[in-house]
This record gives sequence, structure tokens and C-alpha cells, in this order.
Amino acid sequence: MDIQDVIREQVSSNPVVLYMKGVPQMPQCGFSATAVQILKACGVSQVFAVNVLADDAIRQGIKEFSNWPTIPQLYIGGEFVGGADILREMYQNGELQQMLADAGVVTAQS
Amino acid sequence: MNTIEQIRQRLQPLSPLMVEVEDDSALHAGHAGARAGGGHYDLHIISDAFAGKSTVSRHRMIYQALGEMMKGDIHALAIRAQTAEEASMQPTNKEHR
Repeated sequence: MDIQDVIREQVSSNPVVLYMKGVPQMPQCGFSATAVQILKACGVSQVFAVNVLADDAIRQGIKEFSNWPTIPQLYIGGEFVGGADILREMYQNGELQQMLADAGVVTAQS
Repeated sequence: MNTIEQIRQRLQPLSPLMVEVEDDSALHAGHAGARAGGGHYDLHIISDAFAGKSTVSRHRMIYQALGEMMKGDIHALAIRAQTAEEASMQPTNKEHR
């Protein structure tokens, strides 16, 4: 299977997918650590995390897939959401929590 | 021309009112990306080209302008992209991270 197909399969069969450096329990990069922390703060318990350092084909392929040159990259419901700065901004203004609630990943906070 | 000057020059097509680039590479010395040679930079750019654009679109505009630099000279880039109006509504002092 082509690497682009592998990625498409990953992001469409899992509600929340994070391409990151390292694993959630031990991120290998500050930007990836930020992304993990923000998801935790949103109450997301199930993240399909892909360690790009363990797979160079994914590491290069994901940049083409989204036409986005950096890691981490978050996908919700198959859609590319953004990198660490964008997640921080969306978390601060509540957009991320709303998107996760809309996707049925977390329950909306009243 | 050093990397920061190159970044500033490549961003000129966005007609920025302000570009601030900081080299944060020293904060990341020793980790794998730093060893590969690409630096870590922190960019604050103000341009009215961002008006009406989502944050994702703004970042894409910046990545596109930087082109090949994202594959070599720049290993990581923290971005704040604002319009003049947004910048004037927010305190300018940079939060520490």
C-alpha cells in the first residue's frame, strides 16, 4: 500500500490522530509535547499517536499528505487541524474543544 | 546572508508591517533536529495579507513563502501571524515558553 494510502487509512479510521516525535508518554520534541498536553487538557483520552521518528516514510509522507512541512500534525475526523501553535490558539479560544465535541470525542462542557 | 535575513527577505511578498525572527536554536541544542543542522526560530509577523484568513491559511502562506528553507535551514518554526488590527488589540510582549 502506498504511504499516502496508509496515512489516509489512519486518519479516517481514528477520530483523533496525532503525528508526533516520540510517544505521548515521552515526546521527543517540545512542539509535540505541547500538542499532547493540549489534547489532555481538552479531556481527550483516546489518541491514535504515530511516532514519525520510528518510520521515515510516514515522516516524509505526512508532510506531503497535508502539504504542511512540520510535525506535530493533528487530525480530527479525518481533517487536518494544524500544528502546535494552531492547537494552542484554538485551545485558548475554545475552538478545539468545540471541534472535539462536534466529532463526539469529548462531551461538550456546559 | 544568515538564515534570519533570508527568512525576512522571503516573507517580503506578504508585505509585512513587521517581522520579528528570533533564533531559539540554543534552547534545543543537543536534540536530534539540532544536530541535523536546521535551526529553531520564533516568528512574529504582522501583515494585512492575513485579514479574513484562518490561522491554518496564514501558516500555509508563510510556509509557502519560505519554500525550500523549511526543508533545510529551518527545522522548527513557531509562528504568530497577525493583522495590524489584531496586533494592536494584544499586548506586544512575548509570552515565555
